[in-house]
Amino acid sequence: MKKKWYDYLWVVSLTYLILGFFNILFAWLGLFCFFIPLIISLVNGNKGYCNRYCGRGQLFGLLGGSFGLSRKKDIPMWMKSKWFRYGFLTFFLVMFLQMLWNTYLVFTDVRSLKQVVTLLWTFKLPWHWAYHGTLFHPGVAQFAFGFYSVMLTSTVLGLITMALFKPRSWCVYCPMGTMTQLICKAHPHRKS
Amino acid sequence: METIKRKKRKAFVDENFCVACGCCAKVCPMSAIHVPNGIMAKVDLQKCVGCGKCAKECPASVIAIQEVENEKEMV
Repeated sequence: MKKKWYDYLWVVSLTYLILGFFNILFAWLGLFCFFIPLIISLVNGNKGYCNRYCGRGQLFGLLGGSFGLSRKKDIPMWMKSKWFRYGFLTFFLVMFLQMLWNTYLVFTDVRSLKQVVTLLWTFKLPWHWAYHGTLFHPGVAQFAFGFYSVMLTSTVLGLITMALFKPRSWCVYCPMGTMTQLICKAHPHRKS
Repeated sequence: METIKRKKRKAFVDENFCVACGCCAKVCPMSAIHVPNGIMAKVDLQKCVGCGKCAKECPASVIAIQEVENEKEMV
């Protein structure tokens, strides 16, 4: 099968992760990964983003497939259950709101900027080398640190499940995938 | 000489667990799978040759290759 331009979007995902090591403000670009899937599902009523344009999924497919970094075993039943998928989506959204709240506190000067990336919602990694000041409010940088934490955490989780199960196991419980599937289910132009 | 007619094999998606990621559609050599509504993958059984590539690729392992008795079952 001939490859299309969107089959190389894994390069964009990888570049995004690398850029975050040099300047945290690039983390803002990750918002595209949030808004594009939502817009596609809301407008078209399909999961076009997951199906074609998800660079992260492609990256896992490449590492687990061509690079052989996956055991290629079946994912456990509980991980594909609706309870887990919706539960993980809820947890993810709560954590996202908490990140937005922390950003708000920095914007309102209640709290000072923390130059750390929080991995797996627990481990605070020093990340000061990637912050070189901002022309705007420190809150802008706080959002970048928070958002990069979300992106790095999901990548690490995806890599773990890629290694343990099938390459794109992340797609099974990806919060964006679950959310866009829910939108498609409720879409008025849903085809029966 | 007696000829043995093999039953046809087709891909079937477990609708309850499909996450509509589209990984199956990407690897299908016959373009027999689509995710038309973002809810679940649909297999065009007329096009499916039962090669099993989709089942192998599916991250949720919800595609099974099953033998079908006759063409009527393929509706």
